Amino acid sequence: MSGPASTTYREACRQGLRDALLNDPKTFLMGEDIGRYGGCYAVTKGLIDEFGEERIRDTPLSESAYVGAGIGAALVGMRPIVEIMTVNFSLLALDQIVNNAATIPHMSGGQFAVPLVIRIATGGGRRVAAQHSHSLEGWYAHIPGLRILAPAVLEDARFMLAAALADPNPVLIFEHVMLYNIEGELDPAVAAVDIARAKVRREGGDVSLIAYGNGLTKALAAAETLAAEGIAAEVVDLRVLRPLDTPTLVASVAKTRRCVIVDEGWKSGSLAAEIGMRIAEQAFFDLDAPLRRVCGREVPMPYAAHLEDAALPQPADIVAAARGLVRPA
Amino acid sequence: MSARVHLDHDHVRHLLRQMIRIRHFESKCVELYQAQKILGFLHLYDGEEAVSVGVMEALGADDAVIATYREHGQAIARGIGMDVLMAEMLGKQEGCCRGRGGSMHIFDKAARFYGGNAIVGGGLPLAVGVALGDKMQGRNTVTACFFGDGAVDEGEFHESMNLAALWRLPVLFVCENNLYAMGMALERAEAQTDIVAKAAGYRMPGVAIDGMDVVAVERAARDAVEQIRAGGGPQFLECRTYRFRAHSMFDAQLYRAKDEIEAWRKKGPIVRFEGWLLTNGLIREEEVRRIEAEADSEIDGAVAFAEAGTLEPVEELERFVTMAEVPA
Repeated sequence: MSGPASTTYREACRQGLRDALLNDPKTFLMGEDIGRYGGCYAVTKGLIDEFGEERIRDTPLSESAYVGAGIGAALVGMRPIVEIMTVNFSLLALDQIVNNAATIPHMSGGQFAVPLVIRIATGGGRRVAAQHSHSLEGWYAHIPGLRILAPAVLEDARFMLAAALADPNPVLIFEHVMLYNIEGELDPAVAAVDIARAKVRREGGDVSLIAYGNGLTKALAAAETLAAEGIAAEVVDLRVLRPLDTPTLVASVAKTRRCVIVDEGWKSGSLAAEIGMRIAEQAFFDLDAPLRRVCGREVPMPYAAHLEDAALPQPADIVAAARGLVRPA
Repeated sequence: MSARVHLDHDHVRHLLRQMIRIRHFESKCVELYQAQKILGFLHLYDGEEAVSVGVMEALGADDAVIATYREHGQAIARGIGMDVLMAEMLGKQEGCCRGRGGSMHIFDKAARFYGGNAIVGGGLPLAVGVALGDKMQGRNTVTACFFGDGAVDEGEFHESMNLAALWRLPVLFVCENNLYAMGMALERAEAQTDIVAKAAGYRMPGVAIDGMDVVAVERAARDAVEQIRAGGGPQFLECRTYRFRAHSMFDAQLYRAKDEIEAWRKKGPIVRFEGWLLTNGLIREEEVRRIEAEADSEIDGAVAFAEAGTLEPVEELERFVTMAEVPA
């Protein structure tokens, strides 16, 4: 392959899955409508034709059973990739994820690992209301034993999966539903990414915008607007929600001395709260202004477009928060 | 067709010995609990020994086992050493889970023993996955999954039964029906109290057997395992049994009558099998006493091992929360 190749986030995810299936016969996919239907977000479209029903396993609507089956298969040497349609549905498998996947290595005194990958669609913006739109990845980021990833760019959509499969621990990958259609080019020189570090996506010296998932897209848009006002925002992509790469966050805040955290999850008890507290603990004396958060409004996600837009963090909210820190009234 | 159980002297002696080892091990656990050397929850298997002993006879070394928080019997019958079990109970790093699991979370990789699961019903999806993983890797194994009558209330039971039957996975589902889910009587919890009928709802072959009769359990388990190994998909056993003691050490047993317990005790798996063997001249009284003495001596050794065990340094607390690699 020579020059940059144009692709979509969805296609990047699919290529990651194809690679995994081609590279390791112990890898297989399991989930609802991932086979004949092609995946509810069409990520797995065509894979059943290429790899067959044994490795692209359509499951009944039994989240707990097939997630638990993924854990069991991982315990005995397989490398399953389980797909859950949306994070709201993952609650039906919460017992298996929290009580088994996250505990068995420790509870067994290190006799077993659970090398399982679970892909989960998350987030709002598609007008599908309160049972398909929430951002509960912050809950999972609370759980010791899990690694939580949030690919926000094409490169991560393409390559995080391989790194997740190489991890001997359970890894949850949260794909934001508003990202599947984004298009762009993949650098042919990049063939792998890490799943340990946050990454600065745009440099700036005036304020740090810390975001993940679709929040990154919005933070980057906000940074453009701020630049036009003469405010240089640094945008940090969390990428890994657990374990948090605190040093990268602290380094950015130490440079800019101001920080806005963007999180689609509800503010109370949020991942944004955790990040803010870590910065308060480790970079308090570097701050020139209070920490700020732009989070999802504390409501079940409404259907009506104007209400949903109002419930989600928007670039204008991020701009206002950042401006308020850099140029207080 | 029925798999034969060879009731020769060695075998009947072995069955009796296994049940006595479990019963006496747990009696010692009660003493250690009262002495506050075992802490937390302690769920005793007293009365149900025939189930795990009978089922394990049908399994080979390559097969897998998943059990519940009441799993001392399964662990011992599966061949996990009493020394590492007792050390686990005492929270020592010489325990099978280095003191991280305790009574409810026994794991043993060599025995293919995947817990010790204290979420009612939580082990069933795992069993489906272990069977799936084994099958996909071409292993001709059976995964035995033990659970109680309470688990059949759970959605995970129904989801797992369906998935195992749908994919024809090599799982032996063993329901230890002791009539009470903690304090909830079966007939107060189930619209359909015939548990085998639930298996039939998933077109899974199943039988209900007398779980107080170790030979009946072994015979049924051998039949079922034979069918599973022949590629017939999952099988279901309902073993009707009874828990002689409290649910855990904190249970005042307000939900059942003392004479009910006494009536069941008379039908107990050890007293009954031992009596039958003696009556039929298959074992001698002094041989039984010797089995008991040997079990007690083994248990004393396990307690000594556990007492002499060491505490894992607190610095190791977070070890194994995440793994650096998949253990070989």
